[in-house]
Amino acid sequence: MENTQLEKILKNYQYQDFNLLAILQDIQAIENYLPRGTLEELAKRLDLPLARIYKLATFYRAFSLTPRGRHLVTVCTGTACHVRGAALILDTLERELEIKPGETTPDREYTLETVNCLGSCALAPLLIIDSKYHGKMLGTKALSLLKGEEKDVSEGS
Amino acid sequence: MSEKELVRFKIDGLEVEAERGSMLLPVALDYGFEIPHLCHHEAVSPYGACRLCLVEVTKNGRTRMTTSCTYPVEDVIEVSTDTDQIRRARRLLLELLLARSSRAELIQRVAKEAGVTETRFKAVDDDCILCGLCERVCREVVEANAISFVNRGDRKEVAPPFWDPMACIACGACVYICPTDCIKMEEKGDERTIVRWKRTLKMQKCKSCGKPFAPLFQLNWIIDKASLPKDFYDVCPVCKQMG
Repeated sequence: MENTQLEKILKNYQYQDFNLLAILQDIQAIENYLPRGTLEELAKRLDLPLARIYKLATFYRAFSLTPRGRHLVTVCTGTACHVRGAALILDTLERELEIKPGETTPDREYTLETVNCLGSCALAPLLIIDSKYHGKMLGTKALSLLKGEEKDVSEGS
Repeated sequence: MSEKELVRFKIDGLEVEAERGSMLLPVALDYGFEIPHLCHHEAVSPYGACRLCLVEVTKNGRTRMTTSCTYPVEDVIEVSTDTDQIRRARRLLLELLLARSSRAELIQRVAKEAGVTETRFKAVDDDCILCGLCERVCREVVEANAISFVNRGDRKEVAPPFWDPMACIACGACVYICPTDCIKMEEKGDERTIVRWKRTLKMQKCKSCGKPFAPLFQLNWIIDKASLPKDFYDVCPVCKQMG
């Protein structure tokens, strides 16, 4: 992240360290992850120990310390989705993208993740691509969604 | 400072008094009550991680079990340090601790005193019980802020940021305070290593006796923090005393 960009975020939060969480969220929103260099720069500018920033950044799942893909593919593995075959969908996606949950494809196109319930159990099993919900998912449907995600074929939910 | 305000309450029937704002565990220990504890140390703030210092606190006729190290003393409470319920809870905790850190002598001893010799849980043998003493001493006392808790839940551990111990001054405070001895320090020649954090630093040689006595990085750090003269640590403390 450019230093000027970081400066703008910090200015927004009056350089107050109690706004650290919000600052991290803003960095993540721009970069899609928290780059180490940016965190080190942040520690310097706020005069905070890097250990404290790192503690916060690793505590919340919303943050990622590794680069994420252009598309975020999330499989719900909550109880209802699990019963309705979320594991199969996850398997299919793992095989297709050749990554495990939490990882990103080498071309930085896709990041695969799991979530433990989104409260939309009536739609189980649920697949979310770039924050668009796709219910009643099947492995094959997931693959075609993935391939045709540019021209979204589903009605969503 | 305003005058110290005292509160009076009872521990196992004994009338005790303590300064308002102090925590129950150090007060009880001062009065000679034996309460096992692993994550408490007078030098750092209370944290309530090991939960071994459980007591029962009765207030307004209601009794509840709580960790005494994080319970601020109050007027008219009644504290029981040794009831069947506490013993049962403590035994379970000790079984869990044994499963996690079976090699730690202190845990073995505390467990034995409570009548626990084996655990029904699967052994992990991590040695670190996540008591947070090292992290607190590094942050609050040394103020080096080299290590912190990272991750969460079953992946929680104490570590330097990005596993790069660049802020560690290898002072050994974490080595000293660790209740399970899982942080080791080694000195070879003129190098000191904190094994767990993978931090190796070159040590300053004393200009008088020639023996290496402390990491250079640490001494410069102290000189910087305390605005000491640059040659303050040219000779080791032993030679300094004699000279």
